[in-house]
Parts: sequence; structure tokens; C-alpha cells
Amino acid sequence: MDVRAQTSMMFHLDKCIGCHTCSVACKNIWTDRKGTEYMWWNNVETKPGTGYPTKWEDQEKYKGGWVPKEETIKLRVADKASTFANIFHQPHLPTIDDYYEPWTYKYSDLFDAPAGDDQPTARPISLITGEHMDINAGPNWDDDLSGSTVYANNDPNYEKLTEAEKQALSELERLVFFYLPRICNHCLNPACVASCPSGALYKRGEDGIVLLDQNVCRAWRFCVSACPYKKTYYNWKTGKSEKCILCFPRVESGQPPACFHSCVGRIRYFGVVLYDADKIESIASAPENELVERQREMILNPFDPAVIAQAEKDGVHFSVIEAAQKSPVYRFVKEWELALPLHPEFRTLPMLFYVPPLLPVLGHVENGVYDVDATDYFTSLDKARIPMRYMASLFTAGNEEQVRGVLEKLLTVRMYKRAEQVDDIDSAQVEAMLKKTGLTAEACEEIFRLTSLPTFEERFVIPPTHQEYTAELTVGDPYAFKAEVGVGGFKGSPERGW
Amino acid sequence: MTYDDLLFGVFPYLCIIIAILGSVWRFLSDRFSYSSLSSQFLETRQLFWGSVAWHYGILAVLTIHLVGFLFPETILSWNAEPMRLYVMEATGFTLALFTLGGLIMLIVRRFSSSRIRVVTSKMDIALLLFLLIQVATGVWTAMFYRWGSSWYAMYAVILNAFLLVLIVPFTRLVHFLSVPIKYIWRPHQIVRWNRRSPIIGA
Repeated sequence: MDVRAQTSMMFHLDKCIGCHTCSVACKNIWTDRKGTEYMWWNNVETKPGTGYPTKWEDQEKYKGGWVPKEETIKLRVADKASTFANIFHQPHLPTIDDYYEPWTYKYSDLFDAPAGDDQPTARPISLITGEHMDINAGPNWDDDLSGSTVYANNDPNYEKLTEAEKQALSELERLVFFYLPRICNHCLNPACVASCPSGALYKRGEDGIVLLDQNVCRAWRFCVSACPYKKTYYNWKTGKSEKCILCFPRVESGQPPACFHSCVGRIRYFGVVLYDADKIESIASAPENELVERQREMILNPFDPAVIAQAEKDGVHFSVIEAAQKSPVYRFVKEWELALPLHPEFRTLPMLFYVPPLLPVLGHVENGVYDVDATDYFTSLDKARIPMRYMASLFTAGNEEQVRGVLEKLLTVRMYKRAEQVDDIDSAQVEAMLKKTGLTAEACEEIFRLTSLPTFEERFVIPPTHQEYTAELTVGDPYAFKAEVGVGGFKGSPERGW
Repeated sequence: MTYDDLLFGVFPYLCIIIAILGSVWRFLSDRFSYSSLSSQFLETRQLFWGSVAWHYGILAVLTIHLVGFLFPETILSWNAEPMRLYVMEATGFTLALFTLGGLIMLIVRRFSSSRIRVVTSKMDIALLLFLLIQVATGVWTAMFYRWGSSWYAMYAVILNAFLLVLIVPFTRLVHFLSVPIKYIWRPHQIVRWNRRSPIIGA
């Protein structure tokens, strides 16, 4: 056993209102530079929909993630030999047109246009070339489905649905969607790190944040192709790749990342989990329908004395173990088994988990009225507006039972609280639901509390980074280089010459 | 000192020294600028035809030149038999045309696409010009100097070659110093620790 700590995340999709505040917070801090205009390290997409970049989930097109090979796995985009063969031109690299061409407007025309009969307009101009352009794609082009069925029908997850299910999703009265906010998953088996020929990407040992060293990056761009979530981006201006850094400068000073901090719906939870790093390869190679369960297995119980002892031996600071014990992510993912990884079949072991949304699932329409069967709430899942198969395609690699189990638990919590607060549900029925899902009354109460009423400190449990150790251990004596000047190989003391 | 001494006795060594010192200096003082500066993200179709032909072509041509440069006897003894000479000449000529085709494609691409023009620096243009001179004079040698592979010398080819060496540290050519050989034996995953050891695997 090799115990490591991973800063991990959970998004509660039932609470997401699709306001894009997270995206804007991120953009304003990190990607407002030349060459990064098209990048959205955090984006929110409408599901069903094609997403950003267009159809990113379609790995037949983009070749991201890992695929099984004999007993283990290999990168889908290229093995090491074909990395060298394809280094002069990458056949599966997305181009700017798969995202969108960033633009601004020529506002000066509003002021400088000569007097005339027509109102002057500010025409869109490309932020790349500066030339006039027609806008035909944008970062949220299919937001709220854009009043069309085109985007939903192109959703790669639709492949697994029947024709009737697809039709049902786009009927006007039943038209239904939810939001999927996405950032870098800071995976345990990151394809971007594995694919980088230069070795520029790495995982921080202490907290598992995946970063890109731009001084090592040589613009081979394999990370862009290899990441199945398309969360590494190429800066065409600087000639270096960039990605979400989980706002590590904020995290190191005890603040949650900007997208977490600014979230209006308070859907985001941040915390540490301990995991067994020895299991990474075997779990990433597991059969598809076991992936979710095995990944959960890898996350260790931070209260187990054996785990604590091993963690301390492996250099996990006790304050980080304490943070893991308070982690809301641990509770949702491991204790209650409510949160699921996005597309686990990509086999990168993503460490951002989602509580699947219940809201669009309920409220099946029959004869023009919403049919909520008060006698057996679970059957409403069978009549769900978004088919269980769609949810399973997103969150469990197709395992419908697993998604169903999570949604049943969420329903149970809801019914439990309704029985308690409104008192219009038979307690025997609530008992039956508790029994079926294996939840206790206390667990329901705690899930309710952490879902609906958590404080800032309960949502964001940020482990101390211990920069003092970093300073001591990387340079030895922190005063050793004091008063030195220069970088690289030319360090020297600013002393009077002779 | 004659011009020949200056151009072929001093200039080449000067170029090599400046190339080495300049690359080291740039690596230490401005490591961020070391990049292949790929523009495939902005334009991919023309790049495929240009870049693949150019890179594979120039790698082969350069390798053969290096062999001839370092071990001239091997080439001479290979060429001693007429049949082998024909093979050598034909191969060299084909590769040269392949390389030239790729380079011309890259030049056309650089000036025809408005997106690519945005990421084109003055040094890029200078580099393309020198490369064009180099490959064109090479092809010229192959075409008009009978059995050039046996004695291979044209002032322009040699001088321009060392000029290319000279400008390595001042152009995107530095990317060839970054061939990621370590990737062959490196483990897939890289973890950097502050506490266990500074860098594992990188």
C-alpha cells in the first residue's frame, strides 16, 4: 500500500443553474491573455448537447484516454513509437475550429463612422487575425439547446439510446436538459501526463494537482489529443500548452479555487481523499462495468488506524489526514456512494465526481399533466424524462443499475425529508425506501444537511500545503540562497568585486 | 589569409561556437522560448503535406550528408561501382525533391493563411529563406553536377549550411535540440514531490 493524498472535487448537478459564473471567474483570473481567449478551463455545457470543444466525448474522433490492451491499458492516441512517427503532424489534434474562433467587436466604428443615414454597427473581428469574421460558433453555442434539436441530436451519448428515446427527448413538452460544469479532473491516471514526450506535465505528489511546466513544454501537443476531456489547451500565441491549475496559488493560501468560490448555486465541494497509489494501474485496467466500484475501492478510509499509520509512513502530513477525515468529497463518493466520475470508461481515473441530477428525471408528462405517482416514487425513475441509459453513458460507463441506485438514494432522502416536514407521505413507505436503498435516517439527515445547508467551511475543506517544508526540503537551508542574484546556472552573491 | 581561409577555415568554426554558446545561453536565460512553435492548431491540412514531407525528407538527407561529411571514404567506396552510384544518385535526388516539395508547401502555407501570418516572426521568414537556398542549391548540385555525390562541393551549399548552424539559437530551429528521446524509457506517469525527492521520473 502506498497512501497518497489527492485534492478531490464533487459537483452536485441538481444544484447547478447554468449561470456560468464559475467560467467567468476562471476566465478573468487565468485566461484573459492573448492566445488563451478560446480557452475555458472551466466551462458549463448543456446536456444533452455537443459540448466544448464540439463532440469532445467522441473518442472515435479525438482519440483521447486509455484503451485496454492485453492485461493492461494503452493510450488511445499513440503508443511511444507512433508518438515519434506523428511528431511532425498529429492526425487527431483538434484545431481552433473544433473550439471556436475567438472574437471581439470593432467598437471604434461606433464612434468613428462618418455621419450617414444608417446606424453604425460594431462588426465582429477575429481575436486571432484581427480581420472581420462571421460568428458561427462560440463557447456556449448550444447553451440551453439554443432553441434547436440539432445540438442534442449530435450528443455522442445519444448513440446508446433507442430511436424512441431520442424522439422523446426532443418533444416540445418533454424537452429536457441539465447542466454539466467541467474543469480538469486532476486524474489519478492522467493521459495528458503519460502522453507528453517532453515530460512537461506532472502530478504534484503532495496534493495530486496536475500541472504543466511551461519551461519544459516544447509544443508537441500530445496532451491536447490524449486528454479525453479536452482540458489541456494549446496556446497558439506562446507556443506552449496550458491547463487548469486548480487555482493552486489560492489553494496554497487556504482559499478554494475561484470557480468553487464563486459558484452561485453552491454546487461545488472540495476536499482531500487518501488513496492507494499501488492500485492505479490495476484499477485503470479493470473491466468497464467495474470501473466505478473499483475506483471507489481505491479511496481509503481516513479513520482506519492502519490507513493512518501507512499514510504517515508514506509522508502524508497529519494535518492532511485530518482534512481527509473532514472531506465532503469522501462522504459523497465513498461513504454514501452518491457521486460518480464522468465517463469512467476513459480510464484516467478522474477525481472530480458528480452527483447525477434528479430533477429532470422526475416529472414525467402523461396526457399533458405531470404525473408524480405518490404510491411508489421509485417507479417514476422508469418513466424518467432523461432515460437511465443516457445518465449511465455519462457517469457509469453504461451501468444503468449503478446510476439507478444513486438516484434511488437521492429520492429516498427527498421523501424522508418530505415525510418529516410536510407529513403527506406514509412513514411505512419511507421505511421501505430506506430499507431498499440501505440508507439510515441519520444518513438521510446528514446528506440533506451537506447538500442543502452546508457552511463555507463544510463545502471547502482545504488541506494545509506546508510551504515551510517545501522551502526547507527543496533548498535545504532556506537562508542558503539569501542575497543571491541570477537564475539558472549563473547564481552568485552580489559581493564587491576585486 | 585568403578568402577561402576565412570562409572555410574560420567561418564554420565560428558558426559552430556561436551556435553552441547561443543555444546554451538561450536555454539558461529564456527557457520558455524553447519550443517547436507548432501552428497545427491554427491550420492542419496544408501542414500535413508540408511538415511530414519536409521533416522526413530533411532527416534522411541530413543523415546521408553527415555520413559523407564524417566518413567520406565510405561514400566514395560505395560509389566505386556504377550501379551503386546510380542508386545513390537516384535516392538522393528523390529525397531532395521530396524535401523541396515539403518546404515549398510550408512557405506557401506560411504566407497564404491569414491565421498563420499572425504567428510568423521575422526570424521565421529568414529561416525559411535560408532553408530554401540550402535545399535549392542542393537540388541544383544533384541535377547539374554529374555524380555530385562523389565529390559534393558547391561553395553556396557549404556556406549557407554553416549560416543555418549559426542562426540555430536565434530561431525556432532550437526545437531540434529538444528531441524527446527520454520519452522512450521514461515511465508514463510523472510525479513531482517536494518532500520525497525533488523530481521523480522527469
